[in-house]
Amino acid sequence: MQESVVLEAHEIERALRRIAHEILEAVEGNSDLVLLGIPTRGRFLAQRLGQLLKAIDPDSKIELGTLDITMYRDDSVAAERLIHTTEIPVSGIAGRVVILVDDVLYSGRTVRAALDALNDFGRPSHVKLAVLIDRGHRELPIRPDFVGKNLPTSKSERVRVSLSEIDGQDQVVISK
Amino acid sequence: MRHLTSIRELTRESAIALLDNAQELAQVGDREVKKLPALRGKTVVNLFFENSTRTRISFEIAAKRLSADVINVSAESSSVSKGESLKDTAQTLEALGADAIVLRHPMSGAPKILAAQGWTKASIVNAGDGSHEHPTQALLDALTLRQVAASSTDLAGLRVLIVGDILHSRVARSNILLLNLLGANVEICGPEALVPSGIEELGASISHSFDQALERNPDAVMMLRIQKERMDGSYFESPAAYGRDWSLNSERLSKLRLNTKILHPGPMNRGLEISAEAADDSRSLVLRQVANGVAVRMAVLHNCLSSGGES
Repeated sequence: MQESVVLEAHEIERALRRIAHEILEAVEGNSDLVLLGIPTRGRFLAQRLGQLLKAIDPDSKIELGTLDITMYRDDSVAAERLIHTTEIPVSGIAGRVVILVDDVLYSGRTVRAALDALNDFGRPSHVKLAVLIDRGHRELPIRPDFVGKNLPTSKSERVRVSLSEIDGQDQVVISK
Repeated sequence: MRHLTSIRELTRESAIALLDNAQELAQVGDREVKKLPALRGKTVVNLFFENSTRTRISFEIAAKRLSADVINVSAESSSVSKGESLKDTAQTLEALGADAIVLRHPMSGAPKILAAQGWTKASIVNAGDGSHEHPTQALLDALTLRQVAASSTDLAGLRVLIVGDILHSRVARSNILLLNLLGANVEICGPEALVPSGIEELGASISHSFDQALERNPDAVMMLRIQKERMDGSYFESPAAYGRDWSLNSERLSKLRLNTKILHPGPMNRGLEISAEAADDSRSLVLRQVANGVAVRMAVLHNCLSSGGES
């Protein structure tokens, strides 16, 4: 199997910092943000983005949460797949700007499931999507609002995001 | 996992994964929208050849929370009362498009037969078969114990005392198997007539004195119902005599440590195997067991009805 590193740790850091600035620019002073990470790695990316946003704009009101989409998928889910915790801020998401955070955007089905899941928790004023990697091959009319890196791939390739919180190091690898 | 007919079908890892999923699914009951779309379009048939309140309702709620369509069939109101065999019933349900059959049956082994014979492609979930097993009850008991033990994995080192009518108890058998799988130490305790020979081979020590067993300070005491419906003879002198030796009465309750938990699979014979005082004590987890039953059954149905796909 051929592997090549497409993002090193410092490049992931830089990409997230840029996304944080883009988010603040996009919400135009509406600082009532809820960052919802999609497990597993989206959760940690959301936490990092939250810290970066706070560092850039200490006055912004940013809440974090996680949104597990396992039970909302429209494809057959592996029975062994573990269900992760969903943690919605106590103040809820109704009327607020929700930013979904995931590591890799591929077919778009995970995001569609996340949008369905959001419906069960309230009606945000806006929902935006931040991803570290957009590898293309969309199967649904879904596009990201904030992208760390656009990575053209073939369907036979695999993109693996590693994060220090669970994988011990920050890295994005593409393998054939 | 396509079927769940016995705890023996689980590994330690798969049991823990089921408990982990159940723990997460328990949150759904606290949401405003108590529903997930995971089993939309699936049909679950609750086929109960014995009376049941909590198990049948629990399975029904679990399936409905996952958006499945649920059909309840009881033996009295079905063609079984006209003499239809289990095979014909299963094939009928197959023709009607059942995706899962939750089976409670008085004959030990009936769910295993249904899963193995190929009469139906449906997933089979054992909701209690004779005196054999009741796997989802053991799973919900394990989830309840894991919550109070504040463990995120197994039940290593937990000392569980199971008391009463072991002979007729499918709950006891499934619990002995699962508690062992999860690393707990199990002691079973009951009158000699109600403790079957050889049951220690499932992984439990045996004693015949409730009071002495309590002196060993178990972490949890699981009281079993006296199953009069399965008793074809006399197993104890009188209810009063049984209560004297085997009931978790006020006197024994007062000797329990403050952190010893009380479990009972229900329904309870208050005043026989458990006093009202013990059943309603702050250490009693009976209602938490019932609540956890829904989450565990959601996890089991989801696991059985989910086929591998892209992740």
